[in-house]
Amino acid sequence: MSTATTHDDHHDHGAPSGLMRWVTTTNHKDIGTLYLWFAFIMLLIGGAMAMVIRAELFQPGLQVVDPNFFNTMTTMHGLIMVFGAIMPGMVGLANWQIPLMIGAPDMALPRMNNWSFWILPFAGTMLLSTLFMEGGGPAFGWTFYAPLSTTFAPASTDFFIFAIHMLGFSSIMGAINIIATVLNMRAPGMTLMKMPLFVWTWFITAFLLIAVMPVLAGAVTMMLTDRNFGTSFFDAAGGGDPVLFQHVFWFFGHPEVYIMILPAFGVVSEIIPTFARKKLFGYSSMVYATASIAFLSFIVYAHHMFTTGMPVAGELYFMYATIMIAVPTAVKVFNWTATMWKGSMTFETPMLWAIAFVFLFTIGGFTGLMMGIAPADMQYHDTYFIVAHFHYVLVTGALFSIIAAFYYWAPKWTGHMVDERLGKIHFWWSVISVNVLFFPQHFIGLAGMPRRIPDYSLQFADWNMISSLGGFAFGLAQVFFIYVIIKTIRGGKAATAEVWEGSHGLEWTIPSPAPYHTFETAPEVK
Amino acid sequence: MFAKTLKGAWYSLWGAVLLLGAGNSYADYPINLTRGVTDISNKVFDLHMLIFWICVGACVLVFAVLIYSIFTHRKSKGAVAAEFHESTTVEIIWTTIPFLVLVAMAVPATTTLLALEDTRDSDMSIQVTGYQWKWKYDYLDDDISFFSVLTTPREQIEGDAPKDDTYLMDVDNPIVVPINKKIRFLITSNDVIHSWWVPALGWKQDAVPGFINDAWTELTEPGTYRGKCAELCGKDHGFMPIVLVAKTQEDYDAWVEEQKGAAAAAADAATATLTMDELMAKGETAYNSHCAACHQANGAGIPGVFPAIAGSAVAIGDVAKHIDIGINGVPGTAMQAFGEQLSAVDLAAVITYQRNAFGNDTGDMVQPADIVAAK
Amino acid sequence: MSSSNGGYYLPAPSHWPIVGSVGMFLMLFGFASFLHGSSALVMSAGAVIIVVMLFGWFGTVINESLSGKYNSQVDTSFRMGMAWFIFSEVMFFAAFFGVLFYARMWSIPWLAGGSNNVMTNELLWPGFEAVWPTNGPGDLGGDYQYMGPWGIPAINTLLLLSSGVTITWAHWGLKKEDRTQLILGLMATVALGVVFLGFQAYEYYHAYTDLNLKLTTGMYGSTFFMLTGFHGMHVTLGVTMLFVILIRSMKGHFTEENHFAFEAVAWYWHFVDVVWLGLFVFVYWLV
Ligand code: HEA
Ligand code: HEA
Ligand code: HEC
Ligand code: CUA
Ligand SMILES: [Cu+2]
Repeated sequence: MSTATTHDDHHDHGAPSGLMRWVTTTNHKDIGTLYLWFAFIMLLIGGAMAMVIRAELFQPGLQVVDPNFFNTMTTMHGLIMVFGAIMPGMVGLANWQIPLMIGAPDMALPRMNNWSFWILPFAGTMLLSTLFMEGGGPAFGWTFYAPLSTTFAPASTDFFIFAIHMLGFSSIMGAINIIATVLNMRAPGMTLMKMPLFVWTWFITAFLLIAVMPVLAGAVTMMLTDRNFGTSFFDAAGGGDPVLFQHVFWFFGHPEVYIMILPAFGVVSEIIPTFARKKLFGYSSMVYATASIAFLSFIVYAHHMFTTGMPVAGELYFMYATIMIAVPTAVKVFNWTATMWKGSMTFETPMLWAIAFVFLFTIGGFTGLMMGIAPADMQYHDTYFIVAHFHYVLVTGALFSIIAAFYYWAPKWTGHMVDERLGKIHFWWSVISVNVLFFPQHFIGLAGMPRRIPDYSLQFADWNMISSLGGFAFGLAQVFFIYVIIKTIRGGKAATAEVWEGSHGLEWTIPSPAPYHTFETAPEVK
Repeated sequence: MFAKTLKGAWYSLWGAVLLLGAGNSYADYPINLTRGVTDISNKVFDLHMLIFWICVGACVLVFAVLIYSIFTHRKSKGAVAAEFHESTTVEIIWTTIPFLVLVAMAVPATTTLLALEDTRDSDMSIQVTGYQWKWKYDYLDDDISFFSVLTTPREQIEGDAPKDDTYLMDVDNPIVVPINKKIRFLITSNDVIHSWWVPALGWKQDAVPGFINDAWTELTEPGTYRGKCAELCGKDHGFMPIVLVAKTQEDYDAWVEEQKGAAAAAADAATATLTMDELMAKGETAYNSHCAACHQANGAGIPGVFPAIAGSAVAIGDVAKHIDIGINGVPGTAMQAFGEQLSAVDLAAVITYQRNAFGNDTGDMVQPADIVAAK
Repeated sequence: MSSSNGGYYLPAPSHWPIVGSVGMFLMLFGFASFLHGSSALVMSAGAVIIVVMLFGWFGTVINESLSGKYNSQVDTSFRMGMAWFIFSEVMFFAAFFGVLFYARMWSIPWLAGGSNNVMTNELLWPGFEAVWPTNGPGDLGGDYQYMGPWGIPAINTLLLLSSGVTITWAHWGLKKEDRTQLILGLMATVALGVVFLGFQAYEYYHAYTDLNLKLTTGMYGSTFFMLTGFHGMHVTLGVTMLFVILIRSMKGHFTEENHFAFEAVAWYWHFVDVVWLGLFVFVYWLV
C-alpha cells in the first residue's frame, strides 16, 4: 500500500552528497531540515541573549552589562526569537509535512523554496553583525518605535532595516509557495475539507504572511527614508506622527503573533487525536475558528496602543474587537478538550508537550484577554505582566508546539524513535522550570515593574531572582534537548511506517525515514 | 465589600504559592496591582479583580475537565475511545457562553474607560514633558517650571554602596499637587516617546513628541506616590522615576510661594562672579547629574552614539560655540537645549568644567553673565 | 494509482538561489554602508550579481519551458505564485496609502486641534491649521507649491491607460497566433511605459527646481515622493519585463495556449496601472 518508491527514472537527482547538496537542494525535506536547524541555532542564540537578560536581572543594581547593551539584548532577543526561531521553525515543519500530508511530490515551487531558506542565514548575519558596529546594535525593542529608532538610533539601524527587508522577502516567498502547494498539489481526492488541520492552519497563516509582511516592509522603508532622506512620516513637525509608526507596525505585528500560533494550533490538533485515539471533535469548526482568528487579527491591532492617546471611540472599538478573539480561541480549546474526553489516551512525549501546550497557552490567552480590557491595560501596559503573557503564548505555546512536533514527527524524519525516557526528562524539566521562569513575572508586572529595564527597585528583587533561576534551568533543559536531537539522528529504535498506534493520515503510509522522494505518483485519497 | 473579599481570596490563593517560597514576608513578594488612592484607580483595580476572577473561573472549569479526562480516559486504565465527534449544538453552546461572558466584562470596562478619559472641568493643568531621561513639569496656571531627575547615587547602582529602600525611586524635584482638585496632566515629550506612570493613580499615558495627551487625577489623601517611565526611551529608560507629592491646599500654596522665591534667587545668582574652584566644583556636580548619562562620567562618551567631551573639538575650541551648544543643544539629536533646564550658574559651571576636566586643560572660565548674554 | 500529478516537474538542484542571496546581501549591506560613507562598490557588485542571477534563473526556466518539461499543473503553480506575489505588492502600496489617509484624516487635523487634541494645537503648534497639502506645523522644507493633477499627471494617466489597452491587444494577437500584432502591441506598450517614465522624471525635476517640492517637504513631500517613487520603480521593472517579453516574442517564444510569462507580465502591468489610478486620485487630484 505504500506508494512511496524511490524510483528515480525521470529524475537524474537522488540525494546528492556534500555541502552543495544543502546549498543547492530543491527537495522539500532537505529544505525543511535546513529550516529546522536554522531555527534551532537561532533559538540557542536568542536564548543565550535571554540568559544575559536574566543574569542582569538576577538582582538589583547593574552587574553584568551596561544599560545600552541590555536594551540591545532585549531587542535582539525578541527579534531573533520571532523572526529567527519561531517563524523558520514553523516553516520547517510546513516544508517537511505539507507535501507528505497532502500527497504531493514536493512543494509547488521547489527552486523558490530553496531561495526562501537561503535568504535567512544572510539576513541573520546582517542582523547579528549590527552587534559589532560602532554605537552598538539596535536598542529600541523588537517593536522599534519611532523616533527612538529613527532620529535617536545608531548607524547600525540601517543594517537592521535591510535585514528586516530580507526576512520579509523570504517569508513572502515561503508563504506563496505554501498557498500554491495547498491549492495545486493535493493528491486526487484530498479535498480542502479533508486536509489535515496542520495543513489548514498553515494555509491560513500563509495568507496572513502575504498580507502583513509587505506592510512591515513599508514600515521599515519609511524608517529608512526618515533616517536618511529627510522625510517626516513619524515627525509631527512635518505633519506626521510617531504613533503612525505604531499603527503600521502593529498592523503587521498583531497578525504576526497569530502567524506564530496558528501553525501551533495545527500541530496540537494533529497530536491530540493521535494519542487520544479518537477523531478530532469538530474538524470543520476548527477550520472556521482558525479562519475567524485570522480575520479578526487584522482588526484588533491597536490593543497594543491603548496608552498612546487614541480617541476614546477608537479605544472602545479595539477593546471590543480584541476580546472577541477569545470566542474562536475558546472553540479551539474546547475542541481539544472534547477530543480528549472519553478517548483512550496514552502519554508519549509528543502528547505531554501537546497537553502542556493546551494548559499553558490557555493561561497566556487569559492574561491576553485581561490586557484586552482597555482601562485595565492602562495599568498592565509595558510591564512584566505583558512579558509573562507573551512568553506563555510564545514559549509554552509556539515553542512547545514546535518541540512537540519534533517528538511527533522525528521518527518519520530520521527513522528512529526518540528515546522516551530522555524525552520525558526533557519535558518535565522544561515544563517545571518554564513556570518558575515566567509565572512570577505576572506578579512583578502587576506590582509595577516596567519591562525593558536593566535595573529595578528593591521590592521586585525576590521574584526576579526566582525567575532568573527558572530561566537558567529552562536554558539548560534546551541544552539537554540538543543531546536528545543528536542521539535520535544518530540511532535508536527503528520506527515503523505508522510510528504511533493511533496515527492516521498520508504521512504515516510512507516508510520511516521518509524516502528522499515521496508521492511521485499521487496516492488516491478516499 | 466585595472587593475586600476578592482581595482576601487573592492573597490566600497565592499564600499557598508563597509558602513554597518559605520564610519571607508578603512585602518581599508583591503579587498584585496596587489598589491606588483615587476613585479611578479603585475602579480600575476592581475591574482588574473582576476580570481576573472570571478568567480564573474559566480556567478552573476547563482545567478540571481536562484533568479529569487525563486521569480517567487513559488507555492504561482500559478506557476505550468513544466514537462521537461533530456536534453543531455543542459548538453553538460553547461559542455563545464565552461570548456572553465577554459582554459581561465589556460593560464595566466601558464605563471605567469613559470615566478615565473624561478630562473635562479640571481645576488646574500641569504640562508634563519627557526628556531623555528626566521629566519636566510646567504649572500652566502658576508659571512654575522645573525638571525632575533621578538622585539615586551611582555607587548604589553599581553596587559600591548599600541600596536605600527607595532605590531608583528618588528624584531631586518631585511634582507637587494639591489634594481635592481635579488636576489635568498635559503629557508630551521633547525627544522620544516616554510614558508617565504612577500606579497609585490607576493609569499611564504615553508622552509623544509633537502631540499632547491628556489625563487627569483627583487625590484625596496627602502622600508621596512613586512611579516610573513606562515606555522604552533609550539607554536610561530604567532610570527616570516619577515622584508625586500630594499636599493639602495650604501646604501646596506655601510650596508655590517657595518656588517663586527660588526662581527669583536664581535670577539674582546669575549676576554673581565665581572663582575657578567654585565653577569646577559646581560644574562637576551638574555634569554628573545632567551630562554624564550620555557623555559619561569620564567624558569619553559612547562611540557612535554620544560624542566624547574629552578632546572634543567643541570643548577645546571656540567658547561661544560651546556655550551655544550648551544653551540650544543640537536640534534633531539627543543633545538637548540645556538653556531652559539649568540655571545660568550651573550652565556656566558645567561648561567651565567640560573645558577643564578630562584633560581639556583650556583654562577658560565661563561666568553666569556670559550665559545670560548668550541667551 | 492515478498519475494525474505524476508528471510534476521537480527541478534539479540549482545554484541560482544562493547566488541571489549573496547578491541581495551584498547589495543591501553595501547600500547601508554607502549611507554611512562607504563607497558604492559593494552595493553595485551586489546589484550586478542579482542581475546575473535573474538572467540565469529565468534563462533556466525558459529553457525548461521550451523543452516541454512543464505540464499544466506546473503552469498553475506559476500562475498562483505570480498572482499572490502581486497581492503582496498591493499590500506594500496599501501601507503607503494607509499612511496618506492617516495623515490627511487624523494626524494633521489633530495637530490643528481636532478630536482630543485641542491642547496639542494650543500649546505646541499654535496657529497651525489643517489643510492639505501641508509641510506640517514646522513648515519643513520652506515654501513650496503642490503638484496639480491636470498637467503631466493627467497625460501620464492617459499613457498608462492606453498601455493597458495595447497590452491587451498584444495578448489577443498572441492568442490568435498573430505575431505582428503581438510584437507591435508589446512595442507600443514598452514605448508608452518609457514615455511615462520620461514624464515622471521631468515632473520630479520640475518639483525640485521650480516648486521647491522635495522629499523633505513635510508630510506632503514625503507621501508624494514615496508613493509616486515606488510606483515609478514598479513601472521601471514592468517596462524591463515587458521588454524581455518583447525580445522573447521576437524570438518566437510562446504559443497560443502556453504563454504564462506573457500573462504574468501583463498582470503585473495592469497592477501597476491600477495603482496609478489610486495615485492619480488620492495624491494628485483630491488635494
Ligand atoms: C503567539 C502569540 C500571541 C498570542 C496567541 C496572543 C493572544 C492574545 N493576546 Fe497577546 N501579545 C503577544 C503575543 C500573543 N498574544 C505579544 C508578543 C505581545 C507583546 C508585544 C510587545 O509589546 O512586545 C502581546 C501583547 C498583547 C496585548 C498588548 C498589551 C500591551 O502592550 O499593553 C494585548 C492587549 O489586548 C494582547 C491581547 C491578546 C489576546 C486578547 C489574545 C487572544 O488571542 C487570547 C485568546 C485565548 C484565550 C482567551 C484563552 C482560551 C479560551 C478559553 C479557554 C475559552 C474561555 C473564554 C472565555 C470565558 C472568555 N496581547
Ligand atoms: C518568540 C519567542 C520567544 C522565546 C522562545 C523567548 C524565550 C525566552 N525569553 Fe523572551 N522575549 C520575546 C520572545 C521570546 N522569548 C520577545 C518578543 C520579547 C520582547 C522584546 C522586547 O521587549 O523588545 C522578549 C523579552 C524577554 C524578556 C524581557 C526583557 C525586557 O523587557 O527587558 C525576558 C526577561 O526575562 C525574556 C526572557 C526569556 C527567556 C529566559 C526565554 C527562554 O525560554 C529561552 C530559553 C532558551 C535558551 C536558554 C537557549 C539554550 C541555551 C543556551 C544557548 C546555552 C546558554 C544557557 C545557559 C547559560 C543556562 N524575554
Ligand atoms: C540625552 C543625551 C545627552 C545629554 C544628557 C547631554 N548630551 Fe551633549 N550631546 C549629545 C549628543 C547626541 C551630541 C552629538 C550631537 C551631534 O550629533 O552633533 C552631543 C554633543 C555635545 C557637545 C558637542 C561635542 C562635539 O564634539 O560635537 C557638547 C559640548 C555637549 N554635548 C555638551 C553637553 C553638556 C554641557 C551637557 C549637560 C549639561 C550635555 N551635553 C548633556 C547628547 C547628550
Ligand atoms: Cu522615558 Cu522610558
Ligand atoms: Cu496583539
